[in-house]
This record gives sequence, C-alpha cells and structure tokens, in this order.
Amino acid sequence: MSLYQFPRWTDALRPLLGLTALGAPVYLVLLFYYGASPKTLAVGYEPTQPVPFSHAVHAGELGIDCRYCHNTVDKAAHAAIPPIATCLNCHGDGEIGKGRIHLDSEALEPLREAARGGEPLEWVRVHDLADYAYFNHAAHVNKGVSCVECHGRVDQMEVVRQVEPLSMGWCLDCHRDPAPRLRPVEEITNLGWVPEGGRSREEVGRELMEKYNVHPKQDCSTCHR
Amino acid sequence: MANAEISSAELDNIIDPPALVQGKGDLATITETVSRVAEHKPPKAWYIGFTLALGILGMLGLAIVYLISTGVGVWGNNQPVAWGWPIVNFVFWVGIGHAGTLISAVLYLFRQGWRTGINRFSEAMTIFAVICAGLFPAIHVGRIWVIYWVFPVPNQMAMWPQFRSPLLWDVFAVSTYFTVSLLFWYMGLVPDLATLRDRSKTKIRRLMYGIFALGWTGANRQWHRYERAYLLLAALATPLVLSVHSVVSFDFATSQLPGWHTTIFPPYFVAGAIFSGFAMVVTLAVPARALFGLRDLITLRHLELMNKVIMATGMLVGYAYAMEFFMAWYSGNKYEGFTFVNRAFGPYAWAYWIMVSCNVISPQIFWFKKARRSIPIMFVVSIFVNIGMWFERFVITVTSLNRDFLPSSWNYFSPTIIDWATLIGSFGLFFTLFLLFCRYLPQVAIAEVKGQTPHAHGHSAH
Repeated sequence: MSLYQFPRWTDALRPLLGLTALGAPVYLVLLFYYGASPKTLAVGYEPTQPVPFSHAVHAGELGIDCRYCHNTVDKAAHAAIPPIATCLNCHGDGEIGKGRIHLDSEALEPLREAARGGEPLEWVRVHDLADYAYFNHAAHVNKGVSCVECHGRVDQMEVVRQVEPLSMGWCLDCHRDPAPRLRPVEEITNLGWVPEGGRSREEVGRELMEKYNVHPKQDCSTCHR
Repeated sequence: MANAEISSAELDNIIDPPALVQGKGDLATITETVSRVAEHKPPKAWYIGFTLALGILGMLGLAIVYLISTGVGVWGNNQPVAWGWPIVNFVFWVGIGHAGTLISAVLYLFRQGWRTGINRFSEAMTIFAVICAGLFPAIHVGRIWVIYWVFPVPNQMAMWPQFRSPLLWDVFAVSTYFTVSLLFWYMGLVPDLATLRDRSKTKIRRLMYGIFALGWTGANRQWHRYERAYLLLAALATPLVLSVHSVVSFDFATSQLPGWHTTIFPPYFVAGAIFSGFAMVVTLAVPARALFGLRDLITLRHLELMNKVIMATGMLVGYAYAMEFFMAWYSGNKYEGFTFVNRAFGPYAWAYWIMVSCNVISPQIFWFKKARRSIPIMFVVSIFVNIGMWFERFVITVTSLNRDFLPSSWNYFSPTIIDWATLIGSFGLFFTLFLLFCRYLPQVAIAEVKGQTPHAHGHSAH
C-alpha cells in the first residue's frame, strides 16, 4: 500500500505550526497598526518647495510673527498661504514691491517671475488633512492651542516637515486631555513658550480651560460634518 | 458477511425501523459507493449544473462590482426601509446554515445514528450558506475597503466598534460559528480524505488528499483521539446552534420598533433556522442521492426523519406567528397592533400569506406517512419551505419598516434589478461551492456510516 505520509523533515516544522497559528494574528494586527499608521506613513514628510523659504530664518532668527504671513489663522478655519505680495513687502525690487532685500538672489527669481505675471508659485502642502475631516484653525488658536502643538518647532525648520501624525487618534488624545496643550493666547505664536515660575503646563492649562471655556467635543460630527 | 446477501426488502421486515444502510451494505461497498463519486467523471447533470451555477456566480460578481463602484444606492433600500434585501438575504442564508451543526453536533450528542448518512453534506451546506450570508453584511457597508472596522482591531483612529450593538455581536457569533463549523467539518473529513488518498491513482490526487489527510493512518491511537476531539467539538458547537440565530434575532429584537421588539424572537428565529436548514438539506439530498448513486446511504428513512423535523419546526414557527399576533393584541399597544394588522392585511399582505402558506400549511402534509416518504412531495414541500422562510425574513424586515411612526414617510419598498441579481447570484455562489464539494470530496461520512451498518456489531467497524 503506497501511503502518502509526510516526509520526516516535516516533523521539524511542527513547533513552528503552533507558533504561526498563535503568532500570525498578533503579527498581522501589529503590522496593520504600525504599518498603516500615519506615525509611519506621514510623519517626516518634507517635500521640496519651489522657493527655499526658510522658516528658521524668518520666524526664528528674525522673529516675524506667524500671523504676518498666515494672517487668517486666528480669523478663519483656513490658515492662509500668503500671496506673493506679502513676500514682496521685503523682497521686491522697487517696481513690483517696496522691499529690496536680496535683490540679486537667484533663489528668489521664481518669486519675482511670478510677481511679474509669470508662472505662479506652487507651494507643496505639507500638513494635509483628509477632506472628510473638518478642522478650524481659528477655533483652536483663539482658545490657546499654539501652532507648535500640531506643526512642531517650525521656527527651527529650514524646510517645513510634518512632525505629528495628524491621525484621528492623535486628535482625540488632545480633545480628551487638552490642559497640557494650552497656553495664554498672548503667547500663541511664541513657539518656545514655557510657563513662568516653574509651574507645570498641566496646572496652567487647567486654569486656561476655565478661563477660555475649553470643552472639546468628541462627537463624530465635530470633525466629520 | 453472510448477511450481505439479504435484500433491502427483507431487511425491512427483519428489523424495524429499516436499516440506515440499504443495499449490499458491506464495508467495501460503502467505501466504493462514496469514493467512486470523487474518482470518476461526474454525470452530465453535474456539468450542466456547474456551468449554470458558475454563470450565476459571474452575475453576482458583476452585481457586486457595480454596487461597489457605484454605491448602495443601486439597491432598493431607502427610507423608511433602510434594511432591505441585504439583511433579508443575510438572515435567510444564516438560517439555512443551521441544519449542519444541528445534525452533526446535537444529533451526535443524542446518539442519533441516522445523522451519519447526511451529516457530511449538511455540514458542507452550512459552511457554504454561512459564506453566502457573510457576503451580504460585507457588501452592505458600502465602503467595503473599510470592512475591517467591524472587527475590534487597534487603529490610528482610536476607533472601536460599538460593543453595545447586536450588529457587533453578530460579527462574533457568525464568525465563531463559521470557524467551529469549518473545523468540525474538516476534522470529520480527515479519515475519509485518507481513504481517498489511499485509493488515488495519480500523483497529484495523492498529494492533495495526502496533505489534507494530515498523515492519517487509521491507527488505534489516532481513532481514539479523533473520537475524543470530535466529541469535544460537538459539545462546543451545540450551544452555537442556539446562540447564532439568537444573536441574529437581537439585531431586530433590541431595537424599539413594533414588530421587531419582542422577546419571542430568539427561540422563534432558532426554530425557523432549523426549519429552513432541514428543508435545504432535503432539497439538496433528493437530487444528490439520485445523481451520485447514494440511495443506499441516504435512505428514505433518513428523508422521512428529516421531514418529521421539518413538520415539527414548521409548527413551532407557526406557533410563533400566532403568538406575535396574540401579543400584539394582548399588549394593548396600538402601534404593535397596527404593525401586525398591517402585516397581514396591508400592502405586503401577499408576502405574509405566501409565508404562512409555505411555512405553516405546506408541511402539514407530512402527517401522512405516504407523503413523508414520497420523493416528489418532499422535494416540492422543501422548496416551498425555502421560499416561505425567505419571505418570513422579508415580512419581518420590510413590513415592520415600511410604515413607521411618521405616516408622511411611509413608502412601498421595491427591490431593484441589482437586488435580484445579488439574491439570485448568491445561489450561484452556493451551488458552485456545493457542486465542487460533491465532485471532489466524500459526500457521505464513510467511516461513520460504517458504524451504522446492520452488521457493524459482527466485526470491527474500521
């Protein structure tokens, strides 16, 4: 009788079989959880921009307030990307703008070109929320959530990159526990702010929650409208 | 082996009830009868049936592609009947899937020898029916690419399914049921797969059956462990017979809708599930035993016993229908009352009376022994019951929803052509799988049937 039996070497696989049966579901869940997470997929995104605009120089070294350029951030849902006219306030050539800083810079040529009616600058969006997620900048900024909480130390970045996952779970982390992420509204664009007198952010945040009446919602329709 | 020459008619006279294995009935014949089907070219009818089933399966595929690429708006579901055909089809198929486990597990524990003739393919039927059932909620979500949301998988959204919702319990109940049924079926198959492996003449067959036979040799120790594991699995599967359709009924019963919000639902659904499952077994057994020459193993006695179960569960279901009306009146709740009057005499009265005629009236013919043993009659009745049980789910779902609390939103639900294509297509899926099973696997549990032969006591059965 020619019986098909498994060759002897398959015996070596038997302990592996148990391991696979137990390990595979765990592995798949972990693979999915970490592999598909924005922590893996989105953090560190650092696209090249058409003009090498340095936030480190402008916002950091020169100390220009974020709102000088992103002027709608505390008034509207959307934080505006400035028009070229804003750049030209410093980087014009007299004809297309008052400022005359870096008149002969090669790198700024696309900017002046655009100002003269050429190709507009196509900035690459770094922080891109899904279209089905509603986010209002003004609502956050006016309640003491600083730029830095979501965008990181942009004032130290040569090229802007994404430092937070911007995932739903990450949003909820803050909506469930906002206190340590709040600061006085006067310090909103001071990215390096620390509480005075050695007080903890938690402690200051609790007071500010009272003061600004911060009660973040967690309904689906808060963000998915 | 002297008894082997006794004809089936004589056997009938010698022992009452008639033996569960008819014909020559010796061990070699049983092995030959069952294995032959998987080893030779199937009859022409199989090819015709398979081509047809495959075509219908293709239609299902097209309907699903169209559905997913367009959206669930291609179905007739709309307010107030947001739960239309998909849920009807889901409950219908899950219900059919109940006979397998009942036959294989419950009847096993109760030592009902007659289960051996039919358990294998009713278990297969169960698995295929649950596959068809699982299809409907999956495509009903609309965005099939996020179907994993139904499982509590950790994710970046910090989002979990609603653990208080019976829809989630359903996911667990049905997937548990599927897993246990599959294990049970497969474990029972192992000795028979080894038989097919040992009989196979080509290398590829030996390899395929050999891999799935898991190196079974039929040693004493293997049989001992096999029986032990089989008993354990039967004990595990038995509560599932009751739990799965109870949980399915919670989908309805936990909502605050007249016509759904009743405590009778779990037992009522379980009875209906067994009813429809047995009917489907008869529907499949009648042509299968004729087509594949299994008349000696799936005897008239088997069929008669199943018809008795059909009649009994049919009356249970009829009792539930009556009790729903009684409670609607006795509760004094006018909304409940309206729903039931509307059910029997409203716009869907036709569906209600189809249901009653098929489920309550048609099985009554089985009071007569002649009818219980008549192949044409039982085949027709089993089809009626299948139709009736589909309509039961239709009636429960649609008539309760179509006239809700706000008369301005009352609406008559009509299925679209895609609804039809999906329902009919699911039969294509079912029969494709079933016909493949008939062709390549032993349709009757060879090893178990041998234990039921008239002379099993005479010598060692295996």
